[in-house]
Amino acid sequence: MIMSNAASSSKQKHTGRRLFIKKAVALTALSASPPLLIKAGEQDEFISSFFEKKDVNLNINGKTYSLSIEPRTTLLDLLREQLGLTGTKKGCDHGQCGCCTVHIEGKPVYSCLVLAVMQEGKKITTIEGLAQNENLHPVQKAFLKHDGFQCGFCTPGQIMNAVACVKNEEISTYDQIKEFMSGNLCRCGAYPNIIDAIMDVKKQGGAL
Amino acid sequence: MIAFDYSSVNSISAAWEAKLKFPNAEFIAGGTNLVDLMKKGVTSPGKVIDISHLPLKSITEEKNGLRIGALATNADVAEHPTVRTKFPLLRMAILAGASVQLRNMATVGGNIMQRTRCPYFYDTAMPCNKRNPGSGCGAIDGYNRMHAVFGFSDSCIAVHPSDMCVALAALDTIVNTEGKKGKRQILITQFHRLPEKNPEKDTVLLADELIASVFIPENKFNKSYYLKIRDRQSFAFALVSVAVALHVEQGVITDSRLAMGGVAPKPWRLYTSEKLLNGKKITPELFREAGEEAMRDASAFKHNAFKIPLGKKAVTEALKRAVESSF
Repeated sequence: MIMSNAASSSKQKHTGRRLFIKKAVALTALSASPPLLIKAGEQDEFISSFFEKKDVNLNINGKTYSLSIEPRTTLLDLLREQLGLTGTKKGCDHGQCGCCTVHIEGKPVYSCLVLAVMQEGKKITTIEGLAQNENLHPVQKAFLKHDGFQCGFCTPGQIMNAVACVKNEEISTYDQIKEFMSGNLCRCGAYPNIIDAIMDVKKQGGAL
Repeated sequence: MIAFDYSSVNSISAAWEAKLKFPNAEFIAGGTNLVDLMKKGVTSPGKVIDISHLPLKSITEEKNGLRIGALATNADVAEHPTVRTKFPLLRMAILAGASVQLRNMATVGGNIMQRTRCPYFYDTAMPCNKRNPGSGCGAIDGYNRMHAVFGFSDSCIAVHPSDMCVALAALDTIVNTEGKKGKRQILITQFHRLPEKNPEKDTVLLADELIASVFIPENKFNKSYYLKIRDRQSFAFALVSVAVALHVEQGVITDSRLAMGGVAPKPWRLYTSEKLLNGKKITPELFREAGEEAMRDASAFKHNAFKIPLGKKAVTEALKRAVESSF
């Protein structure tokens, strides 16, 4: 009960702040616009209509999304803010931490540096797309078994890159795994357990 | 990120025509550097031209060397069978840079065109002649531990951050460009320019030109190594790096190429050290001399003086490891 109250009040605060920012942006934009437009300017749609949007079809976790998005929208922001796929995390937002790792055409990339508008027709897989129905991916199971996380924030990104790591047959030693995983930072320092989890899946013959 | 117009092009000529038409446009392919710079407000193009669909991804072995399309990813190049067998130095340098995810995204053309990681260039509250010509250089009297010991000027002391380009410089790579004036072939060592009075211009590329491919001439080097010294073991830019390619016959160096990274505004060839090595019998003393020679003209700033002794040792060590290598 307490939990849900806290959650709802924090949501309200968040919405309030967001509205404030939107209004501030609207006012700034309108200071340069003719007065006639001011009334309409109170609407968010009006503000967003200032910016060009592009239609794009994205294939995410096997589902096709037909979207109209601003070209500056990163894949990460699109996933989290517009599609509700919040499993992919925003850490540094500058391609230095690995939290936002997703697969495009089966290869791990940093979604924070990817413009969504450029991904027309590409096959995108996020952490939400790894499990098959109720069955976790072998790498997800191994992270649980080996305690490959503490706070869990970097974990979706770690798992996405780990999936690529277990598939790569040239990577087999402890040091090779360390190097392969170096683009994913973990501030809790769960690295040894993450590597154990990957080694374990590799020993089982890789993942699928 | 400041909003921009976006368009995608399907031919090389459409790409440079669009750039001609919109002078404040930028090309985008992998986006690993440009998107970051746009987020930081370091650059804010009015238009972004997506060139990622151009037919420039292939890597092909030709009669006299290897042609790599500008849109081949760093990962594609490192994994290519010909690169593994005939240009192991390039593979080693690429794998020393960035992370798995970035190498999957970053293209060869983008790697060559990437901007410096000088913190004063990135911090829009600071003066920087490269970002904002005429505003001054924050690094010269600032914290300059990562900065250049060769090739800098009074207006800029930033270094070029690429590992791949250091190997390309050692391998006498040619950069093939296209634009309104037609096709040009530019040696990679002449592609990046020194800052002089206008550090805002990183390369000799004209405003409308783009890189189409690079060509690495075939060589007979049988020993090579890329040594990268950095603050942490992986996923960090070089303090100093050294690319070595040698042709060794019965203990004698018949031909050599040496290039350094992390020390200059461009990949830095060590021509006098190469000259010193050529025709000599391999000895530890020879490699020590080559290291001394490499850093002879270096000069340091307040915080980067360590790069001079480090550079000497790195050259010596890289030569030693190259000779011990199996290729």
